[in-house]
Amino acid sequence: MPQASRRTVIGVTAGALAGLAAAGPSALAAGLGRAASADGHRPPATDLKPFDEVYRGRRIQGAPTGTAGHHGAHGAHGGHGGHGGQAHDFGYRVTVDGEELHVMRNADGSWISVVNHYETYAEPRALARAAVVELQGAALVPLALA
Amino acid sequence: MTVRKNQADLTRAEKRRFVAALLELKRSGRYDEFVDIHNGFIMGDTDHGERVGHRSPSFLPWHRRFLIDFERRLQEVDPSVALPYWDWTVDRTPTASLWAADFLGGTGRTGDGKVMDGAFAETSGSWSINIRVDQRPFLRRALGSGRRGLPTRAEVDAVLAMPVYDASPWNSASSGFRNNLEGWRGADLHNRVHVWVGGQMTTGVSPNDPVFWLHHAFVDKLWADWQARHPRSSYLPVEPTRNVVALNDTMRPWNDVTPADMLDHTPYYTYDG
Repeated sequence: MPQASRRTVIGVTAGALAGLAAAGPSALAAGLGRAASADGHRPPATDLKPFDEVYRGRRIQGAPTGTAGHHGAHGAHGGHGGHGGQAHDFGYRVTVDGEELHVMRNADGSWISVVNHYETYAEPRALARAAVVELQGAALVPLALA
Repeated sequence: MTVRKNQADLTRAEKRRFVAALLELKRSGRYDEFVDIHNGFIMGDTDHGERVGHRSPSFLPWHRRFLIDFERRLQEVDPSVALPYWDWTVDRTPTASLWAADFLGGTGRTGDGKVMDGAFAETSGSWSINIRVDQRPFLRRALGSGRRGLPTRAEVDAVLAMPVYDASPWNSASSGFRNNLEGWRGADLHNRVHVWVGGQMTTGVSPNDPVFWLHHAFVDKLWADWQARHPRSSYLPVEPTRNVVALNDTMRPWNDVTPADMLDHTPYYTYDG
């Protein structure tokens, strides 16, 4: 493993601050980078309705981004594709108490999030509610590209 | 030679040495490198974009290499250690010895999911969760609290009987052995186990829970078992295919290893049965 990665992680540990999910650029992370690849086959999410509700004391909001099918900043973030929360635009944005919940859409149209990554949900509101249950009151760590 | 054993057959000394090696990798910072890599790939692997570690044919060879790297790191600490595997078709309850305080510790407490016993509990002071998706810096679990139980042997056998490795569109919508094992289709084997454990195991930073390695060692063993049952079935795709890793393409982040290089695990380790 490159030293840079370990040093970065240790630095993050010492920092003990929010934003830990983004462990910073490293030689390994650079290896995660990928070229932009427009595919045009992403299922449309712009037809999904927005929502805004308080669920178990957390405000969850979701809305189409209006850019479904585009790759947004894909490939334009210094090769640090690994933590690319913003690198993939699935056409819909979800927040919990204002913090972005990273979501992905599956080929069959179902959804997963960074919190529930191995279990699919039919639509973003159910996904957001599942995240609230899993978070048990904890705040999401902001997803940030290094 | 590295022999990976069923975790239920480990001696107390073997458990102790495995746990000690994990703690040393955590202390040195090397452990979190693996969490970071896994999270990066799971966030980046998409059904309609480039995909390497998940939802794609190279799910199995990618994790095989990932585990080999990790096992080597453990062996740098203690050459006697090998990755154990967790046969979740047999050890299927939160009372299994896997979850005892002398091994991985048990389920999390009500309220915040915090694991309260064993070497990986927050109270031990040696297992902080640094690469994370929310603010909680401690290991969490919710063993068996989800909607579904662990996969059964019959469900595993049905997937092992599938003769075709993978199929177009080579993602979470595919038919075939790989996707049924990964769990996006059919009975759902691998994904369901992540959900059953709960806590960090349900997230992209799942390697924060050391059971990740035991789970994936068993998934890896199932791939080897499938190969033995279907000696004429090849890794697919063989020909270069857009956005996915074909048989002779190299895999990131290593860029020096192909699925073909990973088809035979026996130069690296063997399984006990």
